[in-house]
Amino acid sequence: MVSILIVSHSKEIAAGTKKLAEQMKQGDVEILAVGGTKEGEIGTDPDAIYSSLKKINKEDGVIVLADLGSAVMNINMIIDRFDEDIKKKIILADAPIVEGAVFATVEASVGEKLSNIVSSIESPNVIKKKQ
Amino acid sequence: MSEKIKVTSEKIKDIFIKIADVLIENKNYLTELDAAIGDADHGINMARGFKKVKEKIEDDSFKNNSDLVKTVAMTLISTVGGASGPLYGTAFLNISKIIPDSDFDIDSFIKIGETVIEGIQKLGKAQRGEKTMLDTIIPAVNALRESKVKGLSLERALEECKKAAEEGMKATIPLLATKGRASYLGERSKGHQDPGATSSYLIIKVIVDELISEME
Repeated sequence: MVSILIVSHSKEIAAGTKKLAEQMKQGDVEILAVGGTKEGEIGTDPDAIYSSLKKINKEDGVIVLADLGSAVMNINMIIDRFDEDIKKKIILADAPIVEGAVFATVEASVGEKLSNIVSSIESPNVIKKKQ
Repeated sequence: MSEKIKVTSEKIKDIFIKIADVLIENKNYLTELDAAIGDADHGINMARGFKKVKEKIEDDSFKNNSDLVKTVAMTLISTVGGASGPLYGTAFLNISKIIPDSDFDIDSFIKIGETVIEGIQKLGKAQRGEKTMLDTIIPAVNALRESKVKGLSLERALEECKKAAEEGMKATIPLLATKGRASYLGERSKGHQDPGATSSYLIIKVIVDELISEME
């Protein structure tokens, strides 16, 4: 089953997004969330991102949802530290963090594979608000 | 024979301590620049990162230049907190891979500049003219290359590098930001000097001034 990593500048956004996504869990999807700096301020902590990525189940792949600048840069820098075979299983999705996490959780929990989840959460339907 | 200067890890340590002092001194200035077009934390982040760098290197001795610069890079990556952490961290990490251990000539400085640009561009995906630190760094490195072609002395080349960095920084004022947090402001990002370009200038200025004082 694909795992999900949520990375935000805010500890509360990360934790809240995880909580929201977990409501949709049908199966045993692993969701980890990291947010804020080491001091708990707004920002990102690459050490925390690295240890979460190390810890998370990567067997079927990991989808990373991130919010802004340094979250995205840190993720890209950290993915680079892993071996090639693992690197290609960690995908930073080009999707909004909240909607992306919720959709990805639903699809991961029904056993959808990594590439399918990525293409579905990167579609404009994920953020469609107007009927 | 091209001109060379000797820069040992003791000297580089001094340079980093001076950089830290300058960035800590300019904490409010950088934060004010960032408040105008970003999230008002650049000065705070840089000061936090370099304060830690100072603590980390001050009482330690390093076996070579590479080891020292790598320590600085890893410290910045893990303590800065904003996008400047991975960007400056990667820049210094790249430098640590190629930095000579003692003798520097114009080509060493050009190579250092090129690896910095490469690292920042790989991560930040920015080009010159997008109101970022690259608007300071790219002209600074170009000035080194041009000085080499003109056959200027190493001291003059470093002076030209600093001058180009300052002009590049100031030239960010009218630019429209298309990268980083300032890009969310669109047209409103014009008319402000970029904080990242400013911290890059401050760093280059310290490095050049320190190297030149060593040459006299």
